[in-house]
Amino acid sequence: MWSRQRGRLKPLCCGVEELRCRRREREAALRKARREQQLVSKRLLRDEALEEAEEGCVAMIFGEAEIQQFLQLAQRGTEEKEREGALVSLRRGLQRPETQQTFIRLEGSIRTLVGLLTSNQALLQLEAARCLHELSHSEQSAVVEACLPATSYLLTYLSGHSSDFIELCLYTLGNLIVESEAVRRQLLPQGIVPALAACIQSPHLTVLEALGYALSQLLQAKEAPEKIIPSVLGSTLPQHMLQLLQPGPKLNLGVAVEFAWCLHYIICSQVNNALLITQGALSTLGLLLLDLAGAVQRTEDAGLELFLLQKQPSLLPEGLWLLNNLTANSPSFCTSLLSLDLIEPLLHLLSVSNVVSVLVLTVLCNVAEKGPAYCQRLWPGPLLSSLLDTLAFSDTEVVGQSLELLQLLFLYQPGAAQAFLQQSGLQALQRHEEVAQLQDRVHALQQTALHG
Amino acid sequence: MQLPPALHARLAGAPGSAEPLPVERDPAARTAPFRFAPRPVRFPREHDFFEEGDVQRHLYLQDVLMQVGGAPERPRVPEFTCQVAGCCQVFDALEDYEHHYHTLHRNVCSFCKRAFPSGHLLDTHILEWHDSLFQILAERQDMYQCLVEGCTEKFRTSRDRKEHLVMRHLYPADFRFDKPRKSRGPVMPGAAEQVLAEALGDDGVPSEGDAMEVCSEHVEPPPVPAGERRAYSHRCLARI
Repeated sequence: MWSRQRGRLKPLCCGVEELRCRRREREAALRKARREQQLVSKRLLRDEALEEAEEGCVAMIFGEAEIQQFLQLAQRGTEEKEREGALVSLRRGLQRPETQQTFIRLEGSIRTLVGLLTSNQALLQLEAARCLHELSHSEQSAVVEACLPATSYLLTYLSGHSSDFIELCLYTLGNLIVESEAVRRQLLPQGIVPALAACIQSPHLTVLEALGYALSQLLQAKEAPEKIIPSVLGSTLPQHMLQLLQPGPKLNLGVAVEFAWCLHYIICSQVNNALLITQGALSTLGLLLLDLAGAVQRTEDAGLELFLLQKQPSLLPEGLWLLNNLTANSPSFCTSLLSLDLIEPLLHLLSVSNVVSVLVLTVLCNVAEKGPAYCQRLWPGPLLSSLLDTLAFSDTEVVGQSLELLQLLFLYQPGAAQAFLQQSGLQALQRHEEVAQLQDRVHALQQTALHG
Repeated sequence: MQLPPALHARLAGAPGSAEPLPVERDPAARTAPFRFAPRPVRFPREHDFFEEGDVQRHLYLQDVLMQVGGAPERPRVPEFTCQVAGCCQVFDALEDYEHHYHTLHRNVCSFCKRAFPSGHLLDTHILEWHDSLFQILAERQDMYQCLVEGCTEKFRTSRDRKEHLVMRHLYPADFRFDKPRKSRGPVMPGAAEQVLAEALGDDGVPSEGDAMEVCSEHVEPPPVPAGERRAYSHRCLARI
């Protein structure tokens, strides 16, 4: 049946260097697409076992006549195996964009396909759905929009029970959704949100992952904050999403990844985060983060530097951003940071990157600005030598933030200025004396250090 | 640096967190040239801050990254036949059988043996076709429920319901699960669409796999105008 063996590595048909190169190219293309707000990625579900069996048969480009033949055979063939076989051949042909174009331009083709999709022959239905899925994956809007007549049926089938079929419908819907606003303008009144809300109660992990994918595509739409997120928030979807993100033995990473992205799109749209908080979003996500940190730790050597994110440097900014928002106006969070000995791990992050360093220093400033009781707990310790290191950076934002922190320490912690002088702090400051954004603060600190 | 053990316990809700330290600010702290003030930061979704994460997300979707969690192996089994009376379909994989069973045998009306894609549609069918109380009530109040999950509208006639489905929910006019009951007489002239749909795998004998009509009223199907022999896809697009 429809087995996706995505966990399996395909044999390498090109060198590692070429793979790296392709990946870099893909990354660059994605960055560019994001800047142009054209970020569209789809998921293609193909039976890899089947593909391997068919290896050596390259997908053909079919012309009108051939497509007609396949469709007629599928509709009216006498032998069931024959009818299925016709659709299988059609499906393979539809892997080619040329065949897709010919197909959609052929009169009655979609209608016939939809008819087969809704027929009472289970396996024909499945093959028809696979054909639609291939079409949904196209990069041409015309091909994707040609699938619109099928959407009411795809949604109807979400309330069915055949998990593989539902999974296929969901991935197809997800691909259609991300393609164009025209598609979404049809799917919303057709009831996609209640259909997903009913479907999320499925016990099948594959269905849940597919649902998360489709929902994430819906929430990523640019009109989502006004037109989609309010009704999602009004449904039972958020509660179920949070449940699926609970840490513990039942957590499935593939599913969790999809719903984490769904939550991200909802939350950063700032529609009604208060509602999510009342549903326990903060504690669920906090605990999940901890659980993942623990899992990362368990798989690493004892020499692991950082409590969560060393392996995923791209996650550091997010984590630190979170810490900033938690500590900015909260004496109790700042106190917790101190009493849980998290200052030293934070200091270790100062060498990762400029963005990260600024964030770390900002968090430390959040703590220090609360007054002497807090600065006392920051002192003595590695903080001073870390600051002297950051003063050696050339990035003005990093240095600027270091200067702010120094000022707070000088102000609230007796002996800080003295220690700073003793460790050649003045020399460290000197190199920034001429920098426009820094000079005023540099001079002020020099004065304070020298004269108290 | 190990994860501080106290952290896990604390954030998992263990009691005993100390009172927050007293806050005592000196006004000199925020005096020029120094300007630091703590503030929570919000990034709108298109902000560059999210670029890295978005790129990773899309690489993942495109299968460039290693997938988390592969699908399990699907084994072949010795051939077996469907056990439902009257069905002789043969299978060699459990998943094929699962789909077959759910499509044809799961939501089956015990009165007329018609199969439906979901429990919801089956329930609606039984109510509208086989419940005499429904017929009586329908003469006096709106009983025909909208088929879309989540929509609570009810209608006096099935025709009204169909109109609602088309206008409000953008459903196709020939939605297969809202077909009128087949008349006992000859096929109506001009019902070309219906014949085409009905011909698909349907040999006209009401059996377990028959067409899934929901509504029980006899509604005259709209005639297909001769000029409208267009590809279905075009018609739907025009409606949008």
